[in-house]
Amino acid sequence: MPAPIIKVDAISKSFGAFKVLDGLSMQVMPGEKLALIGPSGSGKTTILRILMTLEKIDGGHIQVDGEQLYHMERNGELLPANERHLARMRQKIGMVFQLFNLFPHKCVMDNVTLAPMLTKGTPRAAAEKRAMELLDMVGLADKAKAMPAQLSGGQKQRVAIARALALSPKIMLFDEVTSALDPELVEEVLNVMRKLAAETDMTMLLVTHEMGFAHDFADRVLFFDRGRIVEEGKPDEIFRHPKQERTQSFLKKIIAAGHRV
Amino acid sequence: MTQWSGYLGLILQGALVTIELTLMGSVLALIMAFLAGMGRVSRFFIFRALATIYIEFFRGTSIFVQLFWAYFVLPFAGLSLTPLQAGVLALGLNVGAYAAEVVRGAILSVGREQYEACTALNLGRWQGMRHVILPQALLVMLPTFGNNAIELLKATSVVSLISLADLTFQAQVVRSQTGSTLMPFLSVLIIYFALALIISWGVRSLERRMARGLDGVRV
Repeated sequence: MPAPIIKVDAISKSFGAFKVLDGLSMQVMPGEKLALIGPSGSGKTTILRILMTLEKIDGGHIQVDGEQLYHMERNGELLPANERHLARMRQKIGMVFQLFNLFPHKCVMDNVTLAPMLTKGTPRAAAEKRAMELLDMVGLADKAKAMPAQLSGGQKQRVAIARALALSPKIMLFDEVTSALDPELVEEVLNVMRKLAAETDMTMLLVTHEMGFAHDFADRVLFFDRGRIVEEGKPDEIFRHPKQERTQSFLKKIIAAGHRV
Repeated sequence: MTQWSGYLGLILQGALVTIELTLMGSVLALIMAFLAGMGRVSRFFIFRALATIYIEFFRGTSIFVQLFWAYFVLPFAGLSLTPLQAGVLALGLNVGAYAAEVVRGAILSVGREQYEACTALNLGRWQGMRHVILPQALLVMLPTFGNNAIELLKATSVVSLISLADLTFQAQVVRSQTGSTLMPFLSVLIIYFALALIISWGVRSLERRMARGLDGVRV
């Protein structure tokens, strides 16, 4: 059995008096597609942000691809990670945000090529060639020269996916990537993610409220509540036969709100 | 009439000095603004402290006093400046202190999500600042920079106090030589106003050029 690519061990995190993560532990296998579901404030987005080093942890350990994320091993001792260590670890991880976070002053092409050119020293020609392949993959090859403000939400999100992929991360984090989209634009983004799952062996973690998509897409579903994983299992187990009372009531509410499972 | 054109020549010479002071002072002010403005948001205490001291000191003391220090007091410390150098130094440092707060405010006005995108794309702090944050912040700074430049233009008249022959100085020369008050003061009024208009117009067209594409309209 291969080693897990992500190992989260007893992570705790508070915002002020509010405990978002309460001794959270989880493991993700290489290539696994994981859906994180649960009520808002349950900590599912926070764990993605922690993996992307956007939040600091209060306690615990995280291993990514065999190395400590927030710690450095020096002569058998664990020290807090410095900026250089974090930068090296970030190369393994990419993230797509709910609100796209494109750079509004740069055209689509420059949004995609900026990071490879700056962080990997990729020459412009090579970076643009790769960007065109990625834009083609997300169906936006004809928008390379467009500015973000000229794109629809769905198009923006597809550019954001291409931008994250341009750094060839091993792990991709998707944080409610369709929550800010008009309903008719959701599908084009989900299609790109299906394609990505089919064509690559990337590890993918997604926080989502699209239960139907989570069911079809994920190998495993984690149900979060109050900073802990209450229940986990194959999509069919979680969505059709949830064991925990809290999972049942959450899914009931979601279905009542009109979401398809 | 020929006499007038001679006096007008004097005033135009003064205008050149004023323009020179404004341009050089603005360059120094811009440099100081970015140094101190970015120092204010630095994660290093020492930079934040130095920037704060500079800003508070130069905003909190009068430009006259600063100019007198630059011209009359610095020589005692072994640093003798020409009137022009002293003028540029005082104006640049003074207006730079105000503009530094503009830089700081503009940097802070760029949304947190842009910083997070930089982190997620593994850009270093300086790379993110240079390629993502500052270009967006610049657009926020520009209108106020226009104000600062006009303030600086008008403040150049203080150099007449250290006998630098700028626009205001020449107007007084012409007045004392001709006994006419209206003509020299009217002409400097018009010239200051015209120069200020040029600055506003320049800044506004720069603003339009930089905002291109940001609102979704191809210009």
